[in-house]
This record gives sequence, C-alpha cells and structure tokens, in this order.
Amino acid sequence: MLWESVKLALRTVQRNVLRSILTLLGIVIGVASVIALVTIGQGATDKVTSDLSKLGSNILLVRPGGGALGPPGGNDSRSFTERDVNDLRDIPGIRAMSGSARSTKTVIFEGSGQSVEVTGAEPGYFETLDWAFTAGGPFSDSDNRGGETHCVVGQTVVNNIIRRDPAVGETIRVDGVPCEVVGVLAVKGNSAFGQDQDLTVIMPLRTFQRRVAGNTRISVITISVATPQDIQDVQAAVADSLRDTRKLPPNVPDDFTVRDMTEMAQALSSTTAVMTGLLGAVAAVSLLVGGIGIMNIMLVSVAERTREIGIRLAIGALGGQVLTQFLVEAIVLCLIGGLIGATLGAAIAFAGSTALGIPFSFDAGVAVLAVAFSGLIGVVFGYFPARRAASLDPIEALRHE
Amino acid sequence: MLDALPSRALISFRGVRKIYGVGEATVHALGGVDLDIEAGSFVAIMGASGSGKSTAMNIIGCLDRPSQGRFAFNGVDVTHIENDARALLRRNYLGFVFQGFNLLSRTTAAENVEMPLIYRGAKRAERRALAEQALNAVGLLGRENHVPSELSGGQQQRVAIARAIVTDPLVLLADEPTGNLDSQRSHDIMKLLRELNRERGITVIMVTHEEDMAAYATRRIVFADGMIAKDTVGAR
Repeated sequence: MLWESVKLALRTVQRNVLRSILTLLGIVIGVASVIALVTIGQGATDKVTSDLSKLGSNILLVRPGGGALGPPGGNDSRSFTERDVNDLRDIPGIRAMSGSARSTKTVIFEGSGQSVEVTGAEPGYFETLDWAFTAGGPFSDSDNRGGETHCVVGQTVVNNIIRRDPAVGETIRVDGVPCEVVGVLAVKGNSAFGQDQDLTVIMPLRTFQRRVAGNTRISVITISVATPQDIQDVQAAVADSLRDTRKLPPNVPDDFTVRDMTEMAQALSSTTAVMTGLLGAVAAVSLLVGGIGIMNIMLVSVAERTREIGIRLAIGALGGQVLTQFLVEAIVLCLIGGLIGATLGAAIAFAGSTALGIPFSFDAGVAVLAVAFSGLIGVVFGYFPARRAASLDPIEALRHE
Repeated sequence: MLDALPSRALISFRGVRKIYGVGEATVHALGGVDLDIEAGSFVAIMGASGSGKSTAMNIIGCLDRPSQGRFAFNGVDVTHIENDARALLRRNYLGFVFQGFNLLSRTTAAENVEMPLIYRGAKRAERRALAEQALNAVGLLGRENHVPSELSGGQQQRVAIARAIVTDPLVLLADEPTGNLDSQRSHDIMKLLRELNRERGITVIMVTHEEDMAAYATRRIVFADGMIAKDTVGAR
C-alpha cells in the first residue's frame, strides 16, 4: 500500500513536471543554501584552525596599542623598545620569544626584483613559531648582536627572485643592503587572508633596525609558552612586566595588547558559527516558504482530483488510505526537492570552497539531515491538504466535475 | 443491542427517510421507504429526477445514511456504523459502475481494475491475475495496457464493470450504466450485467431511465416523490 502510494506520487510528479519543479524551488533553495553554507562555513573554520595552528602552538602576540580587537599598531601607539623585550625574558614558562619589526621593501637579486615583506627578528623567532628550514638554518644570536647582514628567505623568494640552487650563500639586496642568505624556510602556503607566507625575508632585528628601517622600533613581540596551562599566567606576567617597564600609572589602561592566539582561534570559530547560524536562519525561512508552496500545490491537487478521490472512496479506500496517499505525495515531492537541493548545495559548496581556497569539507550527515528535514516539511505542510482529501464526502466528490 | 430486522433479505429498508436541509428549506428525499431486495435478483430502479431513487441508491451503496429508519445489509443493521466501517463494507461486498465510467485517466485498464485490490492490500502478482480474470470476464482480454482514452465508451464501461467485479462482490450497483452509450453498446452492457447476475449470482441493482434497459431486470421498482410507486417482479 505504501509502495503503491509512492509509485502513484512519483507518477503524479512526473505528469506535472514544470509545476512540480516550480513548487519545489523553495525547498531546493532552502536545502541547497543550508548545505552550501554549512559546508563552506565548516571549510572556513577548518582553514582558520589549521592556519592558526601553523602559526605555532601556545603563542602570545604582544602588540602596541590598547583595545580588544582593533587594528594592531595604530599611529598613536607607542612601539616597544629593546628594554621592554629584554625585561620579559626572565618570566618563567616562556619557551622562546622574539621582538620583531617588519616593512615592505624591494628585494633584488641579479637584476630581478620584487616587493617583499621584510621582517627583522631575533633568532628565537623561528623556534617560537616552529618554523622549519629546508636548507641552511637561522642566523645566530651573535649575528643579531653584531648587526650582521645575514638573512633567511621563504621559498617564493627563492623561486621568484633568486632562482638558483642552492640559494644559501647567495647575496641579495634588501632595500639596497646586500644580505647573505643563510637559510631557506619550509613552505607554509597562503594565509587565511590569501597572502603568500613564503614571500618573506627575515633578517636579524638589529640589522633590520639599523640598515633597513632606520629606527629602533619593535612592533610585535612573539612569545611561545612552554605548556598550555601556563598561558594565562604568562599573559598576566607579560602585561605586568610591560606596564612596569613602560612606567604606566595604575589608573592608565594598557597601551599594548597581549593576545592569546588560541583565544583568537576560538573567537574566529565562534564568529563563523554565528554567521553560519544567521545564514541558517535565512535558509530556514526559505524552507518555510517552500513548505507553504507545497501546501498550496497539494490543495490545488486535492481540488483537481476531487472526482478521483470520490472514486477511490466509493470503491473502498479508507479515509486513512487517502490521507496516506496525499501525505506520501507531499513527502515524495519534498524529498525530491531535498535531494536536488543537497546535490546543488554540495556543488555550490565545492565551487565556493575552490574559489575561496578553503578545504571542501562536505558533511554527509548534514546532507542527510537536510533531506530528512525537507521530508518533515512534507509531513507538516502536506497534512492539512491530505486531511481535506480524506474527509471528502464520496457522494459530493463523485458529483464533482 | 439493536432489534433484529424482520427480513433475511440481502438489502432491507424499514421506514427509511432522508431529509436534507433545515427548517423551511427541508427536502424529504425519501419519505419512509420499506424495501427488501433478495440476493441474486436483478433490480431496475426507475423514476423521474428528484424522485428519491439516487438517494436510495446512495444508501444501498453505503455512501449515505438514512436520517430515520433502519437499513440492513445481509441481515446486519448498518444504519449507524462509522465511515470506515462503511468503507470496508463497500470494499468487501459492493461494486460500483457509474454513468460516466469514472476510470482514472492516463492509467491502464489493468491498473484501473487493480485499484480496489490495492486497498485490500493484495500482492502485485495476485492483483495482476485477478485483474486479468475480470477483464476476461467482460471480454477485454488483450486490452490490459490500454489507457481509457484509447478505448471506446463501451469498452471503458466494461473496464469499469471489471473493476467493480474484481473483488467478487455480493452486489453490483450500476448508476445509469448505459446513459453515455449508444443503443448497440447499451444492449451489450446489459447482456453482460445479466450474465454476471445469472452465472455468478451477483445481485445487480441498476438505476435507469430507459424502458428497454429496465427490461433486462427481474424486478422493477419505480420511485416517485420519495416513495415506491410501483414494484413489479418478472423477467422479460
């Protein structure tokens, strides 16, 4: 009986292809957007999480300027001094740390050149961020103290500018300053914002300050904490120490920010979750509208087929059997919409993920849930028309033209 | 417990009234009818429109219930049974043939005939076999896969008759079965009904306007103003 109803429903859908498709559009759009949004949202979260984990684990970033999530290093903010950094070194729980400054400069090798983000950092920088080398190694502490013109380059710099193997031992010009390449960094790929993280040159902080930047400013202090449990203690100790060194009176707020990257990862994930939730609500409205469309078309169908219903009732169909038939028809209609929507949504998510450069993390569970939910819409919005069909008076229905 | 009806007849009306509407606008479609129809008879019900014959048919067909009086089917008082129970009665004991054939369009003859069996929960193979038998009985073997629009009016009515008899009913109710057919086909259909009545023992109750169709019946009941005006027994 149920199978017969399904077959009958499929036949009805087949007979009214255009009408069925138009009716289903709401459900299709609803399900497609749910799946596309959830999939892209999940992909974005995965991407952000993996990017942040690439930054290294248990990282604290200290930047000048107060405020929670404002742009780092505003114009009026006081940058750090070497003393600020040095006073932090004795804080227990720190695995490695480095003050750094950066600037975009032209890097030239044998006539070919390009704008590159140049960073001045202490040797601890590489350990702090868990950066590996494919050739050579970091510059030394004495390189930093002596202001030696040594540098470490990313793979893109090797590929685009140096174009020579091995790159280690070659001398590049950074803003006109000749610098010997001592190491090549392992490939990191694009950042969350699509920036090529391998297009980079890192040189000793002092060399950078004296020869490239022309000042002694330190814009970021990167700290790696030994164990995750210590992060908050270290964070507090860093803030205390900086306030102390920078002689901030008790009633003046911090003129720097100590940011826990794990915290930031969570903040980003929860932002993504909120966005996904909001867009999901939009999708839910679309599903609701789709459901009303289903109800409308089912009412039309019941009116059109009043005579057929009369015949069925006369030859012995129970009210419940007629109800089942129309309910199944609504459910089948919605499930078809759900399946089309799921396929479309997955396709959109795939295209979107590829375009945004994030992983395509399709969740079959979500798809199954979305399709099942569209079936539920069929039940909810198909019930009233089906009820109406089942309660028709057979005599009246048979008389219906 | 309901009082036993005094009749052992297949169909039994006792003081059946049917009143439509309320107050001034009430219409007495049936005005206290007593009627017994024995199993195995072939009854023609006649009368002008508004005479109450359709109302009587609807009550016999368990599609409608009396406002007053009692109606018994096969010795059981079914005056007050629920809708679903009446549907089961139709499903198990009654077959319907309508003036307008009332076949489902774009549905093959075999599928139309199988429809009542689907509601009985019969298996596919069983349905096929029974539908084929019924179509054979009405002389339509070989047309199983034709849809109604590919069949003549007479053939469509034969499909409808096959649909009505596929469940092996006690009673076949035919509401002006030849109303939409020409004379030759009308006589063919009547001969088929007479054959089903004689050879299978199916009780046939038929509403008709036409004298020569009523002549096939063994009993003729004429309604007028909600009452039985004439009731004559005797075959042609």
